[in-house]
Amino acid sequence: MNIVVCIKQVPDTTEIKINPVTGTLIRDGVPSIINPDDKAGLELALSLKDSFNAHVTVITMGPPQAEDVLREAYAMGVDRAILLTDAKFAGADTLATSHALAGALRKLDFDLLVTGRQAIDGDTAQVGPQIAEHLDLPQVSYLEHLDFDGKKTFTIKRRIEDGYEMLQVDGPCVVTVLSGAYRPRYMSVSGIVEAYSKNVEIWGFAQIDVDEKDLGLNGSPTRVHKAFSRGVKSAGQLYEVDSTEAVGIIMSKLKEKFII
Amino acid sequence: MDFSLTKTENLFLQMIKDFAENEVKPLAAEVDEQERFPVETVKKMAPLGIMGIPIPVKYGGAGGTNILYSMAVEELSAVCATTGVIVSAHTSLCAVPILEYGTEEQKQKYLPKLASGEWLGAFGLTEPNAGTDASAQQTVAIESGDNYILTGSKIFITNSGYADVYIVLAMTDKSQGTRGITAFIVEKNFPGFSVGKKEKKLGIRGSATCELIMENCVVPKENMLGKLSKGFSLAMKTLDGGRIGIAAQALGIAQGAMDETVKYVKERKQFNKPISAFQNTQFQMADLETRIVAARLLVRQAAFKKDKGQAYSVDAAMAKLYASETAMEVTNKAIQFHGGYGYTREYPIERMFRDAKITEIYEGTSEVQRMVIAGALLR
Ligand SMILES: Cc1cc2nc3c(=O)[nH]c(=O)nc-3n(C[C@H](O)[C@H](O)[C@H](O)COP(=O)(O)OP(=O)(O)OC[C@H]3O[C@@H](n4cnc5c(N)ncnc54)[C@H](O)[C@@H]3O)c2cc1C
Ligand SMILES: Cc1cc2nc3c(=O)[nH]c(=O)nc-3n(C[C@H](O)[C@H](O)[C@H](O)COP(=O)(O)OP(=O)(O)OC[C@H]3O[C@@H](n4cnc5c(N)ncnc54)[C@H](O)[C@@H]3O)c2cc1C
Repeated sequence: MNIVVCIKQVPDTTEIKINPVTGTLIRDGVPSIINPDDKAGLELALSLKDSFNAHVTVITMGPPQAEDVLREAYAMGVDRAILLTDAKFAGADTLATSHALAGALRKLDFDLLVTGRQAIDGDTAQVGPQIAEHLDLPQVSYLEHLDFDGKKTFTIKRRIEDGYEMLQVDGPCVVTVLSGAYRPRYMSVSGIVEAYSKNVEIWGFAQIDVDEKDLGLNGSPTRVHKAFSRGVKSAGQLYEVDSTEAVGIIMSKLKEKFII
Repeated sequence: MDFSLTKTENLFLQMIKDFAENEVKPLAAEVDEQERFPVETVKKMAPLGIMGIPIPVKYGGAGGTNILYSMAVEELSAVCATTGVIVSAHTSLCAVPILEYGTEEQKQKYLPKLASGEWLGAFGLTEPNAGTDASAQQTVAIESGDNYILTGSKIFITNSGYADVYIVLAMTDKSQGTRGITAFIVEKNFPGFSVGKKEKKLGIRGSATCELIMENCVVPKENMLGKLSKGFSLAMKTLDGGRIGIAAQALGIAQGAMDETVKYVKERKQFNKPISAFQNTQFQMADLETRIVAARLLVRQAAFKKDKGQAYSVDAAMAKLYASETAMEVTNKAIQFHGGYGYTREYPIERMFRDAKITEIYEGTSEVQRMVIAGALLR
């Protein structure tokens, strides 16, 4: 079985700061990470590698430094890594991004295509479904769990607003994974030691199968009307415990903040 | 000269910090309080290759550098010094001497199991009457057919009881003093081998420190490590490498205490300001931070030289001496900055202070490190 996972390099939003004047993200000095949903998707693919000896390819579209997330994926255990990069891709919105990725995917043979549900920076959750449309493949979004029968059928638990659906789908197909679905494994030490000596394939426009007019700024119908930051409110923390334990937690939090 | 980390080192730090924070830190207080060896943590480290970082891939290790290894011990110790020493004793004092002095058969037999963490390793040199003066060994090994028969006891042996393999030093020729000492690889199931009393300790309370008892313990001749009568120098060189691990452990403890203190002094308010606003706090913390960074440079320099195959014995002694005294100083002052709260077990500082002390004692006391440094200086 062949699996391709689309991963996106995103700024670590837990450490991100907003420029108070312009309202835009300050990206300088913010560490880049693998988008959390995509990391769960990687774990799904690697668990299928463990059980079914699947071959796992990762692909990312981005500037040359996006190579770092591919090295990290190697250290986690993937078999092949492709960096999709070309000046022709610059300025892409979600549609042009998905066209470029679909162009590359036409050159790859796969039974399962895994994307994250949503990127924590762009946040549209559009790229996965758009790729499925371009390639005319069945898609299951909001994946919470996947079972494989070892032949060609996947049984998938899909989260919906107030419950879940159980679906069966045959490969090749596209799934978009939720970050909570699979707990990503740690990189292994030997994987890290070898990661930078492995081959990262660089693919540009010439290597993929796509119409040039669908790429980059020209292929991007989206126009940004206005960007603004919303007021910050801390997320708070939810504990589902009995009242005795809850009192203990509240007391320790109050002490921690020196309120009592 | 280039002080920047490589991409590989940065990727490694990303992994090990993440692992330490999520898997090791949550257990640290409990492991200390209950004096419990964290078996589950070893089981988690094993498949990631953390138990065999500097062991070559062909012997089942990760094929990493001593720099990566020192980073691992530092980061683990920053949240739990017990976990740091488990890795350090296992790697530096058991797997590495087998790698450096073992026969091909010994390497094939022991390294894959040790490097994968399937087996845990330990090192038995110290005896009740042979501490700093390690040459005063009373454990004897007598040749008998295809075996050596070992009789004697060791004390304060880290990882004992949980370890599967022990490097044990014994006298093969009492008349020759240090030149009559030989090293052996002893498996826990060898007849006549047992683990005795477990020590109750001030710090690193989750690590197992016990007595080893050898009563006519039968060790096959092929388990002699290194050459006959060369055990003393093997042990001393092994400790040179081990000191990089302990220096990294001390450095981690200091860094862990500093991280806690930085958070605390910004939050804690007295006289209507955070205590970080007092110049006394700022100046003392600046001095401590400078010591920590200096200690890290010494640790990395020693590891770098070992990686390059250069002489590093004095560098390792300096790293251990300076890092361990830094750990004592930082944890001591960190409690002071935390006031009464730092003295209680609500905060991890009290544990870090207790954990720091051992780094001035084992694998050569601070006095021994000074002897090594002065010995080279005044040669
Ligand atoms: C007008 C406009 C111009 C833009 N110009 C630029 C630009 O110049 N440079 C720039 O970096 N961004 C640019 N962007 C942002 C960019 O379009 C989006 O970040 C990108 O399309 C992905 O959308 P998303 O982040 O919402 O991903 P989502 O749709 O939320 O992501 C879903 C999943 O799709 C996959 N995926 C998404 N993006 C990639 C990728 N690049 N590689 C591999 N897999 C991926 C991942 O698996 C991800 O989890 C622009 C956006 C607009 C609207
Ligand atoms: C928790 C723990 C774990 C340990 N793990 C191991 C292990 O895994 N394997 C192992 O083999 N050993 C281990 N040890 C033993 C440790 O290495 C010894 O305790 C240490 O070497 C000191 O020996 P000693 O305790 O006999 O002290 P002593 O040698 O009795 O020293 C007492 C004091 O005298 C000083 N002193 C001694 N000689 C001189 C001198 N010539 N000049 C100046 N000062 C001197 C020492 O520096 C020290 O301050 C461990 C010890 C502990 C406490």
